[in-house]
Amino acid sequence: MDIVVCGKIIPASTVTIEIDPATKRMIRKGVAHELDPAAASAVEEGLRLMEKVGGTLTLVTMGFNEITIGIRTALAMGATSAVHIFDDALAGSDTLATAKALAAAIGKRPFDLIICGTESSDSYSGIVPGQVARLLGVPPVTFATEMAVEGNTLTVKRQSESGYDVVEADLPALVTVTSGINEPRYPQLKGIMAAKRKEILQYSAADLGLAAGDVGEAGAREKVLEVGRPPRRDVGEVVEDDGEGGKRIADFLAEAKVI
Amino acid sequence: MSDVIWVYGEVVDGAVTSTTLEMTTKAAAVGTAEVILLGPAPDNAVELLGEHGASKVYRSPDPVFRDYLTLPAAAVVESLVRQHKPAMVLFASSYGGRDVAAALSAGLDCGAITDVADFTLTDGTVEAKIPALGASYWNTSTLVHDDVKLLLVRPKSFEPASNPKTPEVEEVAAPTDVELCKIQLKEEVTAKAEGPQLDSANVIVAGGRGLAAEENFDMLRELADLLGGAVGATRAVVDSGWVPYSLQIGQTGKTVKPDLYIACGISGAVQHLAGMKDSKMIVAVNKDADAPIFQMCDLGIVGDVFKVVPQLIEEIKARK
Ligand SMILES: Cc1cc2nc3c(=O)[nH]c(=O)nc-3n(C[C@H](O)[C@H](O)[C@H](O)COP(=O)(O)OP(=O)(O)OC[C@H]3O[C@@H](n4cnc5c(N)ncnc54)[C@H](O)[C@@H]3O)c2cc1C
Ligand SMILES: Nc1ncnc2c1ncn2[C@@H]1O[C@H](COP(=O)(O)O)[C@@H](O)[C@H]1O
Repeated sequence: MDIVVCGKIIPASTVTIEIDPATKRMIRKGVAHELDPAAASAVEEGLRLMEKVGGTLTLVTMGFNEITIGIRTALAMGATSAVHIFDDALAGSDTLATAKALAAAIGKRPFDLIICGTESSDSYSGIVPGQVARLLGVPPVTFATEMAVEGNTLTVKRQSESGYDVVEADLPALVTVTSGINEPRYPQLKGIMAAKRKEILQYSAADLGLAAGDVGEAGAREKVLEVGRPPRRDVGEVVEDDGEGGKRIADFLAEAKVI
Repeated sequence: MSDVIWVYGEVVDGAVTSTTLEMTTKAAAVGTAEVILLGPAPDNAVELLGEHGASKVYRSPDPVFRDYLTLPAAAVVESLVRQHKPAMVLFASSYGGRDVAAALSAGLDCGAITDVADFTLTDGTVEAKIPALGASYWNTSTLVHDDVKLLLVRPKSFEPASNPKTPEVEEVAAPTDVELCKIQLKEEVTAKAEGPQLDSANVIVAGGRGLAAEENFDMLRELADLLGGAVGATRAVVDSGWVPYSLQIGQTGKTVKPDLYIACGISGAVQHLAGMKDSKMIVAVNKDADAPIFQMCDLGIVGDVFKVVPQLIEEIKARK
């Protein structure tokens, strides 16, 4: 089975992401990067499937040069190869422009299943996968907390408002997985060594047949007009528990007439 | 310029969702509200939408929209948009809403703004307010293309209000193309829910990883019961499988605005704060004095949940 995983490489969880007031975009350059935990879960789910039924797993990611480190992580986990969409013309892409680039890259080769994170951890729009599915004409099966493939059929437990739904679709399909679906493996030394020899294919916007007006800042439909900080909430009283902490809360609740 | 705002209405567990009514109220306040309601719906659905300001309801009770996810609904909404050209379509940031909006945006080649907390529509120009980076920033964004604007709206952004209208009802034909019947709903499993629900509870007692184990949530359930409230949790706890996802509060869980929020063993990550920061009163118990939750609370106790919470429970019982 040929599996494609779409995953983002994002500022590391140790970095407090700031917004540049001039460009109104997240400051991504010059900070440490890592494979998005949502992407790691998607890679893990793909690897488990590949280990069961055989085949390939290709990571497809769009982002600037510094993200190679995260691509290596996915390759060290066991992905067979990677596609890196990388072009200055793509900077400032909105969700649909991102989806167009991803879909064009994925569409270059045959595939059976695309696995995405339900949301990315930095921008969490959650609509890129659905847009990719529509552009490629495959059914989007979202919010999987468990997934299995039997023959040509994908079955998922899909998170719902009050429990879960069991949902089925035939391959080729796109599935999005939630953060709790698995515990992604850590790359082992052998994997890290092997990753050095694996192929990272680079595509520019032109390679993907994307016109300047379709992608990047120029093609983005969504424009940020203004960014600001929300007003801070007034901080109340913070006290050390002197053995009477529970009583202190009870007094507060009584004062507020909750009890 | 058209001031017609469509709302993609949803029915969950047999009832029109509160987010549908919130969006309908807002749409009617900003322009002319029309609702699309696909699939089986309760008998009073049209009336209820009218009460919240809907001037028109496009509906089809066909079960195809329930039994096959996303594709039939997206196809119908897409052709209705091409035909009627509304200024805007609002979707809830929900399971169903998000998928249909994504398909529509790619199908119509138009932009979509996600995670919207408020918006204006002036002469066809939309300005949307969005909490970014877990609500540590606010963005104001717009869509610069001419065609329909798609917005995904956060639940609880607007107050549903009465604005009675008698909506015109237009029946919509269900699609017959089998190619759209690709994602089949085989089974719906509902976790049993007891006591007040998170969405409507006045008091929420929420637990984080500081509770250390699944069984310690019993303590929070007891406290919630005493206060007539509901139990909530952080994603760390949900991912550990201690409580179901339906209890998750935050950016990727529920948005809640209770009168009282008691955070127990919760650090206060921005993604959690995004879902509860608008609570009227916040009380926090955490053993780490530097936990960010203490920047947000009305009363903070730096202490051990296993000492403070049992004492609080005894104290409430004694005072009752
Ligand atoms: C895209 C994205 C979306 C997310 N969405 C959500 C979301 O919707 N909701 C959400 O909650 N999180 C979400 N998160 C995760 C979030 O970043 C945090 O990881 C999570 O909220 C932390 O949960 P916690 O506070 O339970 O755990 P921790 O951060 O581990 O905090 C545990 C706290 O318990 C305290 N503690 C430990 N023992 C005790 C004790 N005995 N007594 C008192 N205090 C104690 C510790 O001091 C600590 O502060 C999201 C993350 C990402 C990247
Ligand atoms: N730049 C990108 N490169 C690769 N995959 C992406 C990118 N942006 C979004 N995705 C995919 O879409 C999912 C949801 O992202 P988002 O819509 O940003 O929440 C991610 O988990 C990825 O699977």
